[in-house]
Amino acid sequence: MQKKVIFRGRLLPIALLAPQLAVTFVFFFWPAGQAIYQSLLREDAFGFSREFVGLENFQEVLSDPTWLNAAMNTVVFSGCVAGLALGLALFLAVQADKSLRGATVYRSLLIWPYAVAPAVAAVLWLFLFQPEVGMIGRGLRAIGVPWDYRLNGNHAMILVVIAAVWKQIAYNFIFFLAGLQSIPASVLEAAAIDGARPARRFWTVIFPLLSPTTFFLLVVNLTYAFFETFGIIHALTNGGPAKATETLIYKVYVDGVENLNLGQSAAQSVILMIIVIALTAIQFRAVEKKVHY
Amino acid sequence: MAHGALILGVLIVAFPIWMTLVGSTHDAGTIGRGDVPLLPGSHGAENFGIAWNEGGGRTRTTPAGTMLLNSLIMAVLIAVGKIAISILSAYAVVFFRFPLRMAAFWAIFITLMLPVEVRIIPTFQVIVDLGLVNTWPGLVVPLIASATATLLFRQFFLTIPDEFVEAAKIDGAGPLRFLKDVVLPLSLTNIAALFVILFIYGWNQYLWPLLIINDRSMETIVVGLSKMIGRGDSQNDWNTIMATAVLALLPPVLVVALMQRWFVRGLTETEK
Repeated sequence: MQKKVIFRGRLLPIALLAPQLAVTFVFFFWPAGQAIYQSLLREDAFGFSREFVGLENFQEVLSDPTWLNAAMNTVVFSGCVAGLALGLALFLAVQADKSLRGATVYRSLLIWPYAVAPAVAAVLWLFLFQPEVGMIGRGLRAIGVPWDYRLNGNHAMILVVIAAVWKQIAYNFIFFLAGLQSIPASVLEAAAIDGARPARRFWTVIFPLLSPTTFFLLVVNLTYAFFETFGIIHALTNGGPAKATETLIYKVYVDGVENLNLGQSAAQSVILMIIVIALTAIQFRAVEKKVHY
Repeated sequence: MAHGALILGVLIVAFPIWMTLVGSTHDAGTIGRGDVPLLPGSHGAENFGIAWNEGGGRTRTTPAGTMLLNSLIMAVLIAVGKIAISILSAYAVVFFRFPLRMAAFWAIFITLMLPVEVRIIPTFQVIVDLGLVNTWPGLVVPLIASATATLLFRQFFLTIPDEFVEAAKIDGAGPLRFLKDVVLPLSLTNIAALFVILFIYGWNQYLWPLLIINDRSMETIVVGLSKMIGRGDSQNDWNTIMATAVLALLPPVLVVALMQRWFVRGLTETEK
């Protein structure tokens, strides 16, 4: 789509674009280029010497057990977060959609965790699950579960998943509710007249009509779990115990900032960029589908 | 049955916030012993006072008052900066024809694929090279380029009828005048919706401030709070930490509660 009537001029539009282009080049393209360049170099921690090593950094990263461990953690963590956040939000949205009048009230009541920073959500949940102080943490110990997220990797993973899911339900709920409310009542009535029971109506009529929304949300949730949950993990577990909650993005931070291993960290960044590009491409195809459907 | 499930859902979602509020109104001893009651206590004013003026936790941190101000400055600068540069660039792309117009648009568009978390180390090095560590520009500017905002404004500008531009031209109004008198007033609802979303985005930033700011007087409250809990042992001053947590989550939650209509609009528009 293009406008037919436009203003003349060459310098003005370039001047209008200049601020955003400047920021984009200095803080996006330059660092992205640097990341790719550095991923091909080996540098000592103080930057005194560097040599070109080709794809060696990638080879090392991809065969490094700690990176594979982080990749595995990311898969488990993202899968749990996306699955639970989508499932719970869909359940709540279906309930809210049943009573049209209540829907907006429940939307208001459920919406606000979105506004809480991931790192703050982590602190809230820590207060409940802290083994000596937290209500749930102590409760678990009282009934004989040796709960301690600082020692037990599974416990740590459960805690970061809970905090991440809690924050994401609101977002999914808004989109699911909007999707449900845009399904024409006549379609549902027709199914009801045909004698389809509620559960059957949900799986054969509503869910297929919601699938573009679901797919879009799945990609958004995966992106969220991959990148935006750094604050939760950093605040709660620091990737521990024994790297049990170290995700890919957390490892980039540890290797780059704490261990100053720039080549390896850059190679990991490049791998992550490829993952984001793939996710974004999938998302655009989903949005296309959504528009046409 | 539907209402029952929903009310249960609301209660579960609200429970951690309630316990944080309760925690912020008791003395450290009560919480430290592990007997956190379900109802608020009487030490609220005292806890919030300490958190606001002195900072909480065993290791005295930056006072929450200072950190709140820092977070506010950062969030507003990010929101205003993003909106300003996006409006200008979208306006240029939609209302002008010039060489490399689409190249410029795609250069902006592709940044969608490079979230700051992914390019964190090289971007940090750029900031170090430019000498911008511990400065407001270093904290804010790398976060303000945003393809989503540019896309949103471009979509909206394309819906402005050609007749408007024609009329402006006949009246002898130049492009800057048209921007100020027609396009900006028409965009107000979009700007409001986007501001809510971007304010929350800015307020909740974590990784970037963690790297860029090591001067405690510039610390933001989200980062400061997580530094307070340290290793999360039971000896922490949980009462002042919880008071700080309330202060950290209150502004964005209030913004969402008060501007819900804009918020939902902004959310559904920017993410599609």
